[in-house]
Amino acid sequence: MSNEYRKLLTVITESAIERDLLADMERLGAHGYTVTDARGKGSRGVRDAHWGEAGNIRIEVLCDDATAQAIALHLRTRYYDNYAMILFMSEVHVLRPEKF
Amino acid sequence: MPALDPVVLFFLLGLAAGLARADLRLPGAIYEFLSMVLLLAIGLKGGVELARQSPAELLPQLGAVLIMGIVLPLAAYPVLRWRLARPDAASIAAHYGSVSVGTFAVAVAFLASHGIDYEAHIPVFVVLLEMPAIVVGILLARGMGRQTNWKRLGHEVFLGKGMVLMGGGLLIGWAAGPEGMRPLGGLFFDLFKGFLALFLLEMGLIAASQMSSLRRHGAFLAVFGIVMPLLSALVGGWVGWSLGLSIGGTALLATLAASASYIAVPAAMRLAVPEANPTLSLAASLGVTFPFNVLVGVPLYLDLARLIHRLGA
Repeated sequence: MSNEYRKLLTVITESAIERDLLADMERLGAHGYTVTDARGKGSRGVRDAHWGEAGNIRIEVLCDDATAQAIALHLRTRYYDNYAMILFMSEVHVLRPEKF
Repeated sequence: MPALDPVVLFFLLGLAAGLARADLRLPGAIYEFLSMVLLLAIGLKGGVELARQSPAELLPQLGAVLIMGIVLPLAAYPVLRWRLARPDAASIAAHYGSVSVGTFAVAVAFLASHGIDYEAHIPVFVVLLEMPAIVVGILLARGMGRQTNWKRLGHEVFLGKGMVLMGGGLLIGWAAGPEGMRPLGGLFFDLFKGFLALFLLEMGLIAASQMSSLRRHGAFLAVFGIVMPLLSALVGGWVGWSLGLSIGGTALLATLAASASYIAVPAAMRLAVPEANPTLSLAASLGVTFPFNVLVGVPLYLDLARLIHRLGA
């Protein structure tokens, strides 16, 4: 069994910008991503996905460290000011490192 | 005064349940489905009638309605700018220049239950009125700068749910004609009011959730959310009368002018003017103007249309 680690980048943000965000991530080197609908509460109030336009999404990307840093930097400069967005990274054990 | 239409009672039920924090929530997929059926039904109905009409008759009307869609947000902006930052004022102006299909559907059902005829091609106006205010809003917020990605935005506006389904419905109705549409009438026309009732139940819940943010954002928006539709309805009623529309048609155009968008414009503004606070515009359009129009506005705009026609004659 391989003993490789990769970064798991998780972004929780407004569904309004999903399309743009995913395009940005692919351009910055992400090989894939997983998107799920989400709801919750934060500094910008309750985002309960009660209705499509007020929905949140959670995007997860598995990638190498450099790509994760590049995506994080881009999101911070491009979206943090005006959109409800949080982002965090963790290190995860992967079985097939060549995929990410 | 006739009793409230039952679809309006459904809206009140949703509103009351939402304000009381009842454990009631329509699944997202059902809300999507209901709004799809309503958009298609409105489009199909207009398309069927469009098949009977000559395009030459229609063009001047379309031009006048388009101009109305540009003038309304331009008029709203300076009023909003008095109390709000530039991006917020521009975004809210765009919401009020555009239209709400939900409000339009309530007005259509209201006219039908009172046996009042109207020009059946009016759904074309709905499609037409969605866009200009968005462009005006972006220009008000940004000027003619290069920051706006018009291509991306054009995709969002022209391929949004409302445009695709209502425009597509118009085309299908037009191509199929009244005979061709008959087998589908059971779903789209006979059940229209039932779908509308469920849709309004959910809209009541949504409006209630927006009202709580209104408490934080003040009286100015609440007043604007009621006064602006009243003034816009006067403009819409006058345009309808000038175009020679019937009383029903005039009332519908007044309703369209008075209604504020809560689907197409918020999505476009979120992308094009991200620094505008979406809570403000949605609190006004969903928390104030939509309930006002459904409960008070629609019958009022019919009276207004009658008055304008009487004064004009």
